[in-house]
Amino acid sequence: MKNKKQGTLKRLVKTLFAFYPVMMPLVVVFVLLNAMVSSIPSIFMQNIIALVEVSWQSGDWAAVSGQILKFVGILVTLYVISLAAGVAYTQMMAVVSQGFLKKLRKKMFDGMQNLPIKYFDTHNHGDIMSYYTNDIDTLRQMISQSFPQLMISFVTVVTVFSLMLYFSVWMALVVLVGVVFMVLVTKKVGGNSARYFVRQQIALGKTEGFVEEMMNGQKVIKVFCHEEESKADFDKINDALFHDSEQAHRFANMLMPILGNIGNVLYVAVALAGGLLLLAKVPNLSISGMPLGISIVVPFLNMTKQFAGNIGQVSNQLNAVIMGLAGAQRIFELIDQKPEADDGYVTLVNAKEVDGQIVECQERTGMWAWKHPHSAEGTVTYTRLTGAVQLFDVDFGYVENKTVLHNVTLYAHPGQKVAFVGATGAGKTTITNLINRFYDIADGKIRYDGININKIKKADLRRSLGVVLQETNLFTGTVMENIRYGKLDATDEECVDAAKLAGAHDFITRLPEGYDTMLSSNGANLSQGQRQLIAIARAAVADPPVMILDEATSSIDTRTEAIVQKGMDALMKGRTVFVIAHRLSTVQNSDVIMVLEQGHIIERGSHEKLLEEKGKYYQLYTGAFELE
Amino acid sequence: MLKELTKSIREFKAASIKAPVFVSLEVILECIIPFIIAQLVNQIKAGCGVDVIALYGLSLLVMAALSLACGAAAGSYAATASSGFARNLRKDMYYQIQTYSFENIDKFSTSSLVTRLTTDITNVQNAYMMIVRIAIRCPLMLVFSLLMAYIMGGKMAVIFLMVIPVLGIGLFVVAKTVMPVFRKGFRMYDNLNASIQENIKGMRVVKSYVREDYEKQKFDKAASDVCAQFTRAERILAFNNPLMQFCLYTVMVFVLSFGSYTIITSRGMDLDVGQFSALLTYSFQILNSLMMLSMVFVMITMANESAQRIVEVLREESSLKNPEHPVFQVKDGSIDFDKVSFRYSKKAKKMALADINLHIRSGETVGIIGGTGSSKSSLIQLISRLYDVTEGTVKVGGLDVRQYDLETLRNQVAVVLQKNVLFSGTIKENLRWGNKEATDEELMEACRLAQADEFIRRFPEGYDTYIEQGGANVSGGQKQRLCIARALLKKPKILILDDSTSAVDTKTDALIRQAFRRYIPETTKIIIAQRIASVQDADRIIVMSGGTIQDMGTHEELLARSEIYQEVYTSQNKGGDTDEK
Repeated sequence: MKNKKQGTLKRLVKTLFAFYPVMMPLVVVFVLLNAMVSSIPSIFMQNIIALVEVSWQSGDWAAVSGQILKFVGILVTLYVISLAAGVAYTQMMAVVSQGFLKKLRKKMFDGMQNLPIKYFDTHNHGDIMSYYTNDIDTLRQMISQSFPQLMISFVTVVTVFSLMLYFSVWMALVVLVGVVFMVLVTKKVGGNSARYFVRQQIALGKTEGFVEEMMNGQKVIKVFCHEEESKADFDKINDALFHDSEQAHRFANMLMPILGNIGNVLYVAVALAGGLLLLAKVPNLSISGMPLGISIVVPFLNMTKQFAGNIGQVSNQLNAVIMGLAGAQRIFELIDQKPEADDGYVTLVNAKEVDGQIVECQERTGMWAWKHPHSAEGTVTYTRLTGAVQLFDVDFGYVENKTVLHNVTLYAHPGQKVAFVGATGAGKTTITNLINRFYDIADGKIRYDGININKIKKADLRRSLGVVLQETNLFTGTVMENIRYGKLDATDEECVDAAKLAGAHDFITRLPEGYDTMLSSNGANLSQGQRQLIAIARAAVADPPVMILDEATSSIDTRTEAIVQKGMDALMKGRTVFVIAHRLSTVQNSDVIMVLEQGHIIERGSHEKLLEEKGKYYQLYTGAFELE
Repeated sequence: MLKELTKSIREFKAASIKAPVFVSLEVILECIIPFIIAQLVNQIKAGCGVDVIALYGLSLLVMAALSLACGAAAGSYAATASSGFARNLRKDMYYQIQTYSFENIDKFSTSSLVTRLTTDITNVQNAYMMIVRIAIRCPLMLVFSLLMAYIMGGKMAVIFLMVIPVLGIGLFVVAKTVMPVFRKGFRMYDNLNASIQENIKGMRVVKSYVREDYEKQKFDKAASDVCAQFTRAERILAFNNPLMQFCLYTVMVFVLSFGSYTIITSRGMDLDVGQFSALLTYSFQILNSLMMLSMVFVMITMANESAQRIVEVLREESSLKNPEHPVFQVKDGSIDFDKVSFRYSKKAKKMALADINLHIRSGETVGIIGGTGSSKSSLIQLISRLYDVTEGTVKVGGLDVRQYDLETLRNQVAVVLQKNVLFSGTIKENLRWGNKEATDEELMEACRLAQADEFIRRFPEGYDTYIEQGGANVSGGQKQRLCIARALLKKPKILILDDSTSAVDTKTDALIRQAFRRYIPETTKIIIAQRIASVQDADRIIVMSGGTIQDMGTHEELLARSEIYQEVYTSQNKGGDTDEK
């Protein structure tokens, strides 16, 4: 545990320097300069005081003014340096700390884009979000405040302690005992505080979860007059949060006065020790070799105060550091996730036909080809993209030893419409997940235009497949931008044509600002059906040879679906289409219907053929079985 | 605004007062301690004996102990006061939300309510702790230190009168300039996080369209904007420290040069060496407390925004009130709409429902059909007074719904909402929402009616199966049937199903309706559906369009005369359903 924390700290510092290889060393230099320069003046101050002490009775200003002014001059110079260093490092730190957070965020986000779908399927989305919110926030204070403060305190403590040794080892030892005591107290009280802070964060998460569930179901609560019960449940969670929060802040608040006063006690102890040493005339042991005298005891007392004050500063940053490290540890977890592997080397290229030969070209021709380099012979072959998909004896399981698809074999010829029907969990969506390689098969083979899909670069494979999912996800932006998501260089006309094809054009033009209407929070201002229509338009503009429609029209009422159907038919024409639908009316006109049950294809054939067979499909169709 | 917030302090008033009191004591002690230390220094310099040092030491020890006790007490009380205040505030907010009507709920989004109950409260809690602790401590420290500086340094203390305004104005300007920059930054930050959330949710789309790089670019731009904004803010704020150091150095140089001049020329009459070093100590305390004060100022102003968002929730009055002399008895399940018009908000130009006249007998089964946006749901939500009519009256059991006790009315008029939810907990717990006292036998009975008993029994843990948040571990059709069973447990006089069997297959759907007919014949049933099959055997079917009742009649009548009805019917039955019978 401890090693892990140290590892995280080391990595955090390393990352910081890696992000700012020039600025960070400069920051360190300026911080050191600022800290050192601001702890040196006490020497000159002491010199001035000593001078004044010697000559105040004489009343002769002119005699000492030269020396005093010289010291003041040195002081002013030091102060100017310290100030300049201070301005420099605080300004740089402002840039570095925010920049660091940004770069870290970017690293997390970029890494996240390359994670396999499995990661998102197996992790709570709220949890992933909290990397970007809670965890990053804990780092903000740690980087921008705690880091420089810790550096300053460290430098000051080291400088002051060396000065102490310079003056008197014996008295420095007294201080050391006090420091050990302070560290122990910090460990005890600060440890308690940190423990409760972690518990507070957990309680806060729990409260957030509860509140979210209840706010989502607030209307149901009203309908069932369940307000009192919901209040009682909330009180329990709220009280627990109160308790942890109170304890966490109690210990944190007490740390400062405790340390401050230990500092005071230490001060007394040093004074006493100094007095006793003077009285007992103990020979001094020091680096400077000076004999123990008043002129040593007095500055020593000041240094003790400075010393204790800095330890207090360090302990003050303790909570920020502990929470920051916990946050950093989680962030590194996300960054360290293994990205989606891709060993594919077959790519998708624009092509044209010259003398019956397929030739690669730069411009968009509407014709696509798979470019297949053969490293053994050093040759390249081109295969025309047609959209033939074949599965041979495919087995698959999301977790090991739990196969959800068994021996699935199917052929989809170019331009065919293949439908999957079956209960929830029968494996319909799983098959489509395998075709676009969101997941990789355990056994068997999938071929796309005769090429093993494992050889095709994932990006190119997916580019050739259009997907419309049941749960539509739109992005913040205009309607036009959302449609254009399918093909980034599409013109406005192309987008409008796609919308017309999908049957979305009508309602879009009736929106307050037509295609320029802003959508936010996943198109909250649209109905579910309208969102699906936009998603279909988005797929249409991408114009892929193969389409996967996973319950794409489930939220459109049957009357609207009948209208959309025309567009959908136009969209599906000439493409290989995989359709998953709950409503049998949606799949009736498919070329082949596959009935799935527990990962097996139990029936296959056209609508008419399956009805004749009077098997499962027939039962489903006549309502004797329920699709769930 | 302050009044609404302070109401929530309640039992933590004592702690909220004790904290600043102990802070004050701590500050006084903290200011006296250096004074005594200065004396001790002088004594040591004068070559006093150990006994004197011990005496001073003892009194210092006592004071340190006192100061520690006060400081710890203040910290502890401040923790209690602020956490307690936050707890009460959270509770008050949550309780207030429980009184909200549907209209109020529509106003706030779920995520905004969640943020208000968590992040915003935490901000206010931290600010409150600042107020009872630091905000008292700093000005006090400032005053006491100034006072001590004057006692010790006399005329020399004048330097503070010159430096403090400079520092004060400087810090104020910094705080004032940085605030709007921060505020804008936080808003941008919220948007950035919202877009990350969108990205996570839409990851399948991103990957399907191979838009990873596009998303990265989009994110980079947004993140850079946020970074630039916050950097601007932090850079302004970063001037605080050097400004403070500058003032401290000015004081030091002034005291050292002018002080030594004064001591020497006046032969120690106007100022002595002990006072001289004490002045330096106090100067640090004075300037430091000023800087803390400016930090508190920034923090409190930032929490102000959160406080405003909290008060917005507290101020929102429920738009539905229980009548003064409510009726606790619902006579029967008859429903009457008399010239009812309704719109969702006063600002809405269009009426959601216009001039509805409708009379439903007790025990009747009524189906409602109509396209998306035809206000089917609006119509039925008026019956259990989830919204109030804009014009006209809605009567249940012959009495205006506004005369009933709300709980009585809603228990007698059970609505299965379109957007229904199950809560995390066992199936039994979820069902008991309908009736707390229901016996296991009653639960099963309701589930049998809703055709849910069979699949529940197939679960390994039967009725004790744990339902995940939002009912994630049951299918859509199962969820709908559980919701119907939950409503049935109320044993209502009126049962309303708002598109509640859309995910249930036709056969089970028919079985549910059959069970209703057989076992709860006296209950008035209103069924909103997309499927004609779900309503075709109802006593009457209402066809709605654009907020009005377009036609009403039996299946056969409507099939003969209603164009909309015919269209829906053919779209669902082309080549299909008819030959199943």
